[in-house]
Amino acid sequence: MYRLKYTAASIVKYASLLLGAFAALIPIAVVLFASFKTNKEYGETSPLTPPDNWLNFANYSKAFINGKMLLGFGNTVIIVVISIIGATLIGSMIAYVLNRFKFRGNKLLMGAFLLATLIPSVTTQVATFRIINFFHLVDTRFAPILLYLGTDIIAVYIFIQFLDSISESLDESAMLDGASYFTIYWRIILPLLAPAIVTVIIVKGVNIYNDFYTPFLYMPSEDLQVLSTALFKFKGPYGSQWEVICAGIMITILPILIVFLALQKYIYNGFAQGSVK
Amino acid sequence: MVFKNLSYKTQRKVIIVAFSLIPVVLLFTFAYLPVFNMFKYSFTDWNGYSKSYDYVGLENYKTIFTDSKYFTVFKVSLYYFAGSFVQMALALYFATILSFNVRFKNFFKGVLFFPYLLNGVAIGFIFLFFFRPDGTLDTLMQSIGLGAYTQGWLLNPKIINISLAGASLWRYMGFNFIIFLGAISSIGKDVYEAAEIDGANRWHQFRHIILPSIKSIVQLNLILAISGAISAFDIPYIMTGGSNGSNTFVIQTVTTAFKYNKLGLASAMAVVLLFIVIIVTLLQRLLIKEEK
Repeated sequence: MYRLKYTAASIVKYASLLLGAFAALIPIAVVLFASFKTNKEYGETSPLTPPDNWLNFANYSKAFINGKMLLGFGNTVIIVVISIIGATLIGSMIAYVLNRFKFRGNKLLMGAFLLATLIPSVTTQVATFRIINFFHLVDTRFAPILLYLGTDIIAVYIFIQFLDSISESLDESAMLDGASYFTIYWRIILPLLAPAIVTVIIVKGVNIYNDFYTPFLYMPSEDLQVLSTALFKFKGPYGSQWEVICAGIMITILPILIVFLALQKYIYNGFAQGSVK
Repeated sequence: MVFKNLSYKTQRKVIIVAFSLIPVVLLFTFAYLPVFNMFKYSFTDWNGYSKSYDYVGLENYKTIFTDSKYFTVFKVSLYYFAGSFVQMALALYFATILSFNVRFKNFFKGVLFFPYLLNGVAIGFIFLFFFRPDGTLDTLMQSIGLGAYTQGWLLNPKIINISLAGASLWRYMGFNFIIFLGAISSIGKDVYEAAEIDGANRWHQFRHIILPSIKSIVQLNLILAISGAISAFDIPYIMTGGSNGSNTFVIQTVTTAFKYNKLGLASAMAVVLLFIVIIVTLLQRLLIKEEK
């Protein structure tokens, strides 16, 4: 009897997992199918039918070349890399100062950084746009980079939390050896922050890679399109050619899939740590 | 180098100023100045580009709360709000069963989480394709004999928001799932063992061990989901542009500001949104503090 109950529970468990996996995968799988179909085949077959020829890359080359996806990749990489390096440096510097030195205004400054995490940036865009415009930065790569550095405070938060766990006796013994505060930051604190830096790279990397709103609003020129805005432009001209749009979708999914498979463990940990505010 | 020859007292001053300057300037220019300006604009009739504008007092706020065109969009967030409860429940269910022994655990974990990593535009297009007439969903329903119930998923104003909230659920469930899974796996193995000796079944374990120990994380995620529901933008904007009754508050704000050039009114809308989000967040902080 116990055994029977156990088996039933087991069936429910696996059935629900399979259903969940199916629901997560089917919307992507049909896009994958369609991306390999010819226009005629797409019109005649059901979305659930796999393509005749899995090596029909015609839609991919059309999407990649006409959609200028390479340009989108390039711009995305430039913005992601600069923003992450900047956020890591700026975030660790301010976190070091706030965590290690007690000075007048320390608490106030800390509060200012933490309070800023409450402001959802999507609500303030109306006014932020005027400021970026004032500096003549609309339609330059600096606009998103500065916004990712200035408004997303998550890096500062993660570093401050992590610094609490790095013992101050390390700083003190370095001082006995005559190290300057800068040397302590650069040679001791920054290397020890490595796990926190990985978290920041993952959380910010994914956020920036996926952001549509900021590049859409601040970089309308075609030369500055990033992956998400490049894909968004498919909507008009290819409205009736879903097989090409599907190829475009797969092109944006592929890099993130590769990164995910390679760094799974770090990605799970990164989100688990980055979210616990 | 000269810096290291300074006394620690001077070094301290130099490093505090040098290391704080850029972060603080960025913080105030791009996080606080916009909020301040937004308040100011919200009392004006500024169109966003002309040199001068007039102060109109509370006129903009009055428009938001009296003109149904602006007020009804709040109703749309209720769909996303309801969707986020389903999302939490699913995430909690999958996190719980995957925290015990399961075959192909890593596969299921990866598949359930992966959608969260995708680009908002890609997800928008994936679901435009999914909900098309005679598209994936219709075909699936026909194949299991529910063909009679197919709908204009994105055409029928009564259904559109459910479809969009569904797409949003598909996108964000993996995030909650991975957070819950992390929290559940930090519970010590010995706790379950002790419970099993006392004869507790899986439901008892869930009810009396898992749920209490991740309660605050569930609460936090729920609050995040509320602010997420109020500020829903990406998915509806990319998929429908706010047509057929799928307009959300943020889409409305953006079009008011950048399409109709009513920056003053849009600022007032943004101020209202900001207040709601901050109140919700503060409420959560209070709730969590009380428990500690």
